[in-house]
Amino acid sequence: MITLYINGLPVSVEEGTTLLEAAQFMGFPIPTLCHKEGLSPYGACRLCLVEIGEGPKAKLVSSCTYPAEEGLQVRTASSRVIQARRIILELLLASCPQSKTIQDLASAYGIQRQRFKQEYENCILCGLCVRMCEEQMMAKAIGFRSRGEKRSIGTPFDIQSEDCRRCGACLYICPACELRCTYTEPERAICGACANLRPPCLEKEGVDDMMCYLSPCAACEIKKD
Amino acid sequence: MEKVKSLDEFLSLHDRLTVDKNPSLPTLIIPAGTCGQASGANDLIRITKRELLNKKLTEKIKLRITGCHGFCEMEPSILIEPWGVYYPKVDPKKMVDIVESVAKGEVLQNLLFIDPTTGNPIEKQVDIPFFKKQVRTLLSRNEKVDPIRIYNYIENNGYLAMAKTLSSSHPRQVIEEVKASGLRGRGGAGFPTGLKWERLANQTNGNGKFIVCNADEGDPGAYMDRSLLEGNPHSIIEGMIIGAYGTGATRGIIYVRNEYPLAIKHLLIALRQANQLGLLGENILGTGFSFDIKMVRGAGAFVCGEETALIKSIEGRMGEPRQRPPFPVEKGIQGQPTLINNVETWANIPIIMGSGAQEFAKVGTTENTGTKIFSLVGRIKNTGLVEVPMGIPIEEIVNQIGGGPIHQMKIKAVQTGGPSGGCIPAEMFHLPVDYERLTKAGSIMGSGGMIVMDEHTCMVDLAKYFTKFLKEESCGKCFICRKGTQRMYEILDDISAGRGTLEHLDLIEELGPIIKYASLCGLGQTSPNPVLSTLRYFREEYVEHIEKKRCPAGVCKDLITYTINENCTGCGLCLKSCSAEAIRGEKKERHAIDPKRCIKCGACQSVCKFSAVETR
Repeated sequence: MITLYINGLPVSVEEGTTLLEAAQFMGFPIPTLCHKEGLSPYGACRLCLVEIGEGPKAKLVSSCTYPAEEGLQVRTASSRVIQARRIILELLLASCPQSKTIQDLASAYGIQRQRFKQEYENCILCGLCVRMCEEQMMAKAIGFRSRGEKRSIGTPFDIQSEDCRRCGACLYICPACELRCTYTEPERAICGACANLRPPCLEKEGVDDMMCYLSPCAACEIKKD
Repeated sequence: MEKVKSLDEFLSLHDRLTVDKNPSLPTLIIPAGTCGQASGANDLIRITKRELLNKKLTEKIKLRITGCHGFCEMEPSILIEPWGVYYPKVDPKKMVDIVESVAKGEVLQNLLFIDPTTGNPIEKQVDIPFFKKQVRTLLSRNEKVDPIRIYNYIENNGYLAMAKTLSSSHPRQVIEEVKASGLRGRGGAGFPTGLKWERLANQTNGNGKFIVCNADEGDPGAYMDRSLLEGNPHSIIEGMIIGAYGTGATRGIIYVRNEYPLAIKHLLIALRQANQLGLLGENILGTGFSFDIKMVRGAGAFVCGEETALIKSIEGRMGEPRQRPPFPVEKGIQGQPTLINNVETWANIPIIMGSGAQEFAKVGTTENTGTKIFSLVGRIKNTGLVEVPMGIPIEEIVNQIGGGPIHQMKIKAVQTGGPSGGCIPAEMFHLPVDYERLTKAGSIMGSGGMIVMDEHTCMVDLAKYFTKFLKEESCGKCFICRKGTQRMYEILDDISAGRGTLEHLDLIEELGPIIKYASLCGLGQTSPNPVLSTLRYFREEYVEHIEKKRCPAGVCKDLITYTINENCTGCGLCLKSCSAEAIRGEKKERHAIDPKRCIKCGACQSVCKFSAVETR
């Protein structure tokens, strides 16, 4: 067993436990976006950052990937951590404002404005769909392509996949392109999520038997007209 | 080539090769690294070979084709041993005369290097100011060695340190020696090399430790590693064999970027020769120690120079960094303990094991021992690769070695450490070049790029250039780096186009530090450095772009206008050069530029002989 200190309180965990698991065990709230229990941790969204160490060597690490160390000092809400979370949420809103998950996170931290050029992307490249497809559904039909700004998720060469099981798990797990609203009339929808209509992996034509956990769904309703 | 099977056989080979040398025979040395070849060294080589054959001089004059010597501004150049005579910027038409003069033992005075301050010719390379102040421990060996001849390397005491180490030192002694030398990683972070080696040596888990040479050298403008790989590939191989012996590694990999075809070619030749001679492979020199090196080529991603991304790339996966712990020394390639060091670090190892740690530590300072090769480029008279002792003040590098500014301009700052570094303004040139002091000033040592800037460099444009590079090279995995670099670039683009606001500066100063500590890997963690350091030291330039919509250096295209002043004689050269047909004017009358058609390419300014084209 390893004993570490979270926000000053000692906690003993088994070897291999991540800081996120240890903090959640203690009941300390840490926001996450690209983390899902049951899928391997990725460390991409940077929301779960915590501050470890002391003094000038203290640094921020993603708690979902950092393994517990004996005697480690962890702070889940230091000023640098809060500053980082707020800017990250601001940047998320600046890219993907229509996601209810992101909106809820932002409002929990009191973010009221974003100061960057507004974009309307429907993917934050958190990689949940990729890991879901590979690890839970054993299909490995989609993955990351390119790097930097041009990074995207899709099938190899955008060819319709034969490995895709049409399970809809990628849609289910996605925090950004999920269609969260069950309004069938788009004008009454709260967040405008129905503006998002394209799941990352599939061409709509030729996938008539796609399973989707989101019906009734505004997107399909709109498409019908 | 006969395999060498024991230390004695190796030593007798070494003796045979050194005995053969006739030291008084003149040797024509032509540096033909990538820079030399690009400047025309191949013509010089061809003509020399022809002359030596035709005039039957092959027994009287030797020819040695080497890698880069460092004074790239003066390529193609010729060095003549043993007299040390140096001919810069050689015209191929003069090559025949030079060969003749060497046969006669004469020096051609009119072809010598002219000292720009005194106006006098300088005969010997060692007297030229550019070379005088350097301590060319590594680069001088590029002059002595033909990179594709292993016997030439051995003749110059190559592989001697390795042979002695393998036969008479215990691996622990190797580690202690490297630790005592104080050598720090030359890739940029400056981690004590001996300590890293010790950690690998202490690893007991896994089977089959790896050592890797990181030859990805992605910084734009940095080519120190390239010249070491092209000019002396055996020194890296020797370093790695010593490293493997000391740490217990069995497999070696050189990860070299694909954009270095000559380095790849020379490395492959060197690896093959070392294998043939029995210096790599099974049971090296009969000591029972086996080690082999493979080469892996990069695929064009700057981020793959980061060690965890490099490991993924070697494994054939997408080059994405991952969080550490676990460190590569614990879990690296295929989960095995892996040690990664930079090319220049490896090149220093044979020197340390050859002459000893004490000798090595005599150069530099106590915390920063040895030399460092910098690629000194930019608005300076003497551009090239310079090797200086750690701790030398920046001022000496820029003025005494670099020769000072070109065109009577004033030097404004230097950028160190490439895109991950920052700028150091001229007032701080007294700073010594060492890891800690540069970091404190807001920059980093990095892999050794040093870009000199004068009044014609716009700091906003510079920050924009580096931020754009980092934005495009970011792997994109972690949100803060991907979006952070993108947004920083957006803001800089706005500022350089006259759309900036003072709030933008506040936003950069808020966002920048957060990108630094929230990013997953070194690329993201240093990506705000260019903009934050230029903002720290040259805020007034940013403010002028914002408030006055003016670029003081005359660079940012949207903020400058090209005009023709009264110096114009109406010669029409500019009109002919203008690809946008934006210039009108009658012969012998003052011409004018139509700002609506002008694309600000600057062609007119470069062809005008009367300095009549201005930018405002």
